[in-house]
Amino acid sequence: MSILKPEQPGLLEETAINSRRKFLLQAGTATFSATAIALLGGCNSKAISAETNDAASQDVRILNTAISAEHEAVAAYQLGAESGLLQAGILKVAVQFQGHHKEHIEALAKAVKSLGGNPAEAKKDYSFPVEKLKRQSDVLEFAAGLERGAVSAYAGAIPVFGNRDLSAAAASILADEAMHWAVLRNVLGLDPVPGAFFS
Amino acid sequence: MYNSEISLVLAPVAFIISLAASSNCLEGSPEAGNQIYASCIACHSPERNRTGPRHCGLFGRKSGSVSGFEYSTAMREASIIWNTETLDRFLESPLTIVPGTTMGFAGIKDDKKRQDLIAYLKSVSDSPGICVNNR
Repeated sequence: MSILKPEQPGLLEETAINSRRKFLLQAGTATFSATAIALLGGCNSKAISAETNDAASQDVRILNTAISAEHEAVAAYQLGAESGLLQAGILKVAVQFQGHHKEHIEALAKAVKSLGGNPAEAKKDYSFPVEKLKRQSDVLEFAAGLERGAVSAYAGAIPVFGNRDLSAAAASILADEAMHWAVLRNVLGLDPVPGAFFS
Repeated sequence: MYNSEISLVLAPVAFIISLAASSNCLEGSPEAGNQIYASCIACHSPERNRTGPRHCGLFGRKSGSVSGFEYSTAMREASIIWNTETLDRFLESPLTIVPGTTMGFAGIKDDKKRQDLIAYLKSVSDSPGICVNNR
């Protein structure tokens, strides 16, 4: 089940809010000793909010890094779609993948907002190696490289979310990016799934 | 008693051996590092600022100093000079070394992979073919 379908726009956001509540409770429990000490000093609310804010802030930074990369992926697919190098069938798939990245942005941005942050905006311009894109295979190799990198980026982010439900959401996106990568490799005539493990 | 004396003698030796086997003494392979760099290219490239800053000219550069790239406050204020040792520590656990960095990545825990990646980054950093106008 994808949590990123447009008809379920609030699910990731809701997950983030619920998890934040859970996290606030957990953080309050985990820091009991420090909180108790702080309470004696009359500053327990600051002690709690500082820790939870740090964790939430880190999650927002990770989410915004992901959003920035997703914006770039949308722009890259746009470049490919407008290149005139893609056959009709391939173009259709590329546009579909671009749509997925847009959905990722939408879901991630809602999560950022639910954590009290501001979602990263798309850049006005992106610098792509246009001079290297001469054939359809060049475009597909470029896209496959970005998708492969995205899988690694999400794999690297999943363990460091303070909010474990965000890790689960990132895993869902990772799976989608991995499917994109496999399809692109297949079209390029490469083994779509080159190994049992990904690193 | 005898065994404990041996332990006392051997403990420093074991420590020295462990230091010798530490990541800083591994020889990295740029070719292997090039493969690992594929996992970085969602955000980085040698010659372009993307979600992350470009890697041309990385070695010897101060953290947070690439022109035209918008860094986190944490990275701007980290005052790290990037070299083999600092990259090794950072890449093992970015969020520990620079809390507040936007590089939300768990890190590369495998010593050899880190050394390979650093060897590749070093080769790219000084590459006239890739980086002549992008340092």
